[in-house]
Amino acid sequence: MVTEGWPHLTATDPQMRLLIIEDDRESADYLVKAFREVGYVADLASDGEEGLALASTGDYDVLVIDRMLPKRDGLSLIGTLREKGNRTPALILSALGQVDDRIKGLRAGGDDYLPKPYSFAELLARVEVLSRRHGGPAEETTYRVGDLELDRLSHRVARGKDELTLQPREFRLLEYLMKHAGQVVTRTMLLENVWDYHFDPQTNVIDVHISRLRSKIDKGFERPLLHTIRGAGYMIRDGIR
Amino acid sequence: MTAFGKLIRTTAFRLTLVYLFLFALFAASLLGYFAWNTRRLITEQITTTVNAETGEISEIFGRRGLRGLISTIENRALRPGANLYLVTAPTGQALAGNVGSLAPGVMATTGWSETAYRRLDEQDTADHRALVRVTELSSGFRLLIGRDLEERRRLFGIVAKAAQWSILIVVVLGLGGGVFLARRVLRRIDAMTGTTQRIMAGDLSGRLPVGRSGDELDRLAENLNAMLERIEALMMGLKEVSDNIAHDLKTPLTRLRNRAEEALAKSGSEAEYRNALERTIEESDGLIRTFNALLMIARAESGQARGNMDNFDAAEVANGIHELYEPLAEDDGMTLRVKTVSTRLRGNRELISQALANLVENAIKYGKPVPAAQPLSAGAVAGTDGREILIEARRDGDQVLLSVTDHGPGIPEADRRHAVERFVRLEASRTQPGSGLGLSLASAVATLHGGELRLGDAHPGLTATLAIPAMAGASERLAAQTPDVPQKVA
Repeated sequence: MVTEGWPHLTATDPQMRLLIIEDDRESADYLVKAFREVGYVADLASDGEEGLALASTGDYDVLVIDRMLPKRDGLSLIGTLREKGNRTPALILSALGQVDDRIKGLRAGGDDYLPKPYSFAELLARVEVLSRRHGGPAEETTYRVGDLELDRLSHRVARGKDELTLQPREFRLLEYLMKHAGQVVTRTMLLENVWDYHFDPQTNVIDVHISRLRSKIDKGFERPLLHTIRGAGYMIRDGIR
Repeated sequence: MTAFGKLIRTTAFRLTLVYLFLFALFAASLLGYFAWNTRRLITEQITTTVNAETGEISEIFGRRGLRGLISTIENRALRPGANLYLVTAPTGQALAGNVGSLAPGVMATTGWSETAYRRLDEQDTADHRALVRVTELSSGFRLLIGRDLEERRRLFGIVAKAAQWSILIVVVLGLGGGVFLARRVLRRIDAMTGTTQRIMAGDLSGRLPVGRSGDELDRLAENLNAMLERIEALMMGLKEVSDNIAHDLKTPLTRLRNRAEEALAKSGSEAEYRNALERTIEESDGLIRTFNALLMIARAESGQARGNMDNFDAAEVANGIHELYEPLAEDDGMTLRVKTVSTRLRGNRELISQALANLVENAIKYGKPVPAAQPLSAGAVAGTDGREILIEARRDGDQVLLSVTDHGPGIPEADRRHAVERFVRLEASRTQPGSGLGLSLASAVATLHGGELRLGDAHPGLTATLAIPAMAGASERLAAQTPDVPQKVA
C-alpha cells in the first residue's frame, strides 16, 4: 500500500458515504482502506443479505457491489433495492468483463459496471461521477468552467471572448468533461461515454483526442483548464482552487 | 450381456422376426386360398359329371326300362376308376352297382350328400368318402351316382404339406437371415464402439471405418468422422492456446517477478521503489489486456457472443472507427481515410467495431512504407507517399466487406495463414509492443458471424478484410458449418 495515501487522487467530495459489498476479505479491506485514505466514509458488508440490509437504510451515496456474493448475488440485490424504490447509484464489480455481462448488469438496475481486475483510480473516478451528490439536475443547458463556456443547445463553445470551433466529437468530449468538471474522468469512461465503445484499445487513442481538444481550448491561454491526472485520467477545472 | 443376447437385441434381428411372422402369415393365407378354391372346383366338377350321368341314366331307364338300366349300370360300374353306382328296388334291395355298403339312411333321402362307403370289389376294410346324388326313378326305384372324394383329400394333403414346408423354409431362412444381418450390423457397430472407446481413452486421431457401400452406417460413420475431425481440430487449437498462453503470459509474469525481486533486494531510494512499482503496474496492465483479448477470442469462438446481435449500418462502424483513430494516425504521420457505402448488417456491433479497430491499429503500427529500399509502384499510391491507410465498407453480393488497406511491407503470402494464429507476431514486428492477438481476434469475430478474415496484397501493403454475410439467418447457419479454427483464412 502506498504510504501517503493516493497523492495524485484527492476526494472531490469529502462528505461522500460509500457501501462496499464484497465477500473477498482482502479486496474488501483494500477498498475500504483506500477509500478512507482518499477521505471518504466507507462501510463494508460481506454478503448479499447484510449488504441489502445496510443499503436499504438509504444512508449511502454510492454502492459498490461485487457481482458474485454469498447468500444473495449482486444483481438480485440491486433488483430488490430498485423494486423497493431505492435509487442509490450502484457500481457492479465483476470478474465477468464482457459486453453481454455488462449489459445484464445494467439491465438489472446497476448504474455502472467495472470488470476485475480494476485499478483503484478507475474505480474512484467512476464512483465520484456516480455519486448522487453530483448526480442531481446536471442537465443544465450551459456548462461553465473558469472562462470556458459550452452551450449545449446551440453547440457554441467560447473561452473568454474567443469563439472556439470544435468538431462534433470534440464537442461531445468537452461536454462530458465539463459535465463532470472537478472530477477525474478516466480514458475508459471517455471511450464508453463519448464513443460508446466498451473494448480496450491497445493504443493511446484517447490521449490523442484529448491533446487535440487541449490545443483548442487551452493553447494560448494563461490558465490551463484541462488537466492530466497521472495514473488516473483527466479532469477539467479552473486551475487554481 | 451374452453374445446371443446381444444378437437378439439388435434392431435388425427384431425386424427380421416381424418380417418372418408377416411372411409366414402371407404364405399360409395364400395356400389356404389355393386349397379352398381347388376344393370348390373339384366339388363343382363332381356335381356337373354326376348331374349329367344322372340325366343320361334316367333317360336310359325311361327308354329301355329296368333291364336297360341294370345292364348300363353293370357295364359302367366295371370301368376302372369308375363312379359309384347303385340301383335299389322300392323295397330297398340293391339291384345293381358297385357299392358294397353305405352309411345308413343315405338312400332314404334324395339329393346330394356326403357319405362313407365301401366298394363291392374292394378287400380293404377302410371306409372311403364320396359325394353322392340319390335320384328317385319312377315306380319306386332309386338311383345313386357318386364320386369318390379321395382326389380331393389327396390334394388337401399336398397343400397341407406345402404349407408345412413353406413355413419351415420361411422360418429357417428368416431366422438365418436375421442372424446374418444382425451379426453383420453388430460387427460394424462393435467396430465403431471399439473406435469410439479408443478415442474416449484419448487417442483423438482414431477414425471410424467407412465401407464402400455408402449405406446408412457408412454415412453415419462419415458424419461421426467429420465430427471427430472437428473435435480434434478444436483440441489441437486448445492445446496450442494453452502452450501459447503458457509462453506469452509466463514471460511477462517472469519479468514482473524479477523486477519485484530486484527492487526488494536492492535497498534503493524511494524514487527507485516508486519506479519499480510503476513498471510493475504497467506490466500487469499489459497482462490483463492480453488476458482479456484471449477471453474475448475464446468467447467469440465458442459462439457465446451470438446473443447480442442487432441490425446496423457497416458504414457507421467504419466511420466511427475512422473518427476514433484518425488523430492517432495523424500523430503517427499517417493519413487515415474512409470510404463507405451504406450497407445493413446483422451482428454484434461491439465485436465488429473492435475487430475493425484492431485492423486499424495494426495498420498504424506496421503499415508504414518500407523506407527507400523498394520504390513504390506509382499506381497504387497515386497522390500519397504511401503513408495512407484506407478503411472501406462495402457490399459484395451477399457479403459485407469491411477492409483496412495500408501500404506498408505487407505480409508475404506464405505467412498469411500463420499471421492469424494467436500470439503470432511476424519476425518483422517482434520489436513492436502489442499482445499479438489483434488478427486472431478479428478472425474469431468474423468466424462468429459466419464470415472470414482475408489477408490480401495491396501492391505494396496489406489489405485485411472482414467478410461477413449480410443476412443473419445465413450467418448463423454458416457459423454452424464453418470450423472456426482461427487459421482458416482465404
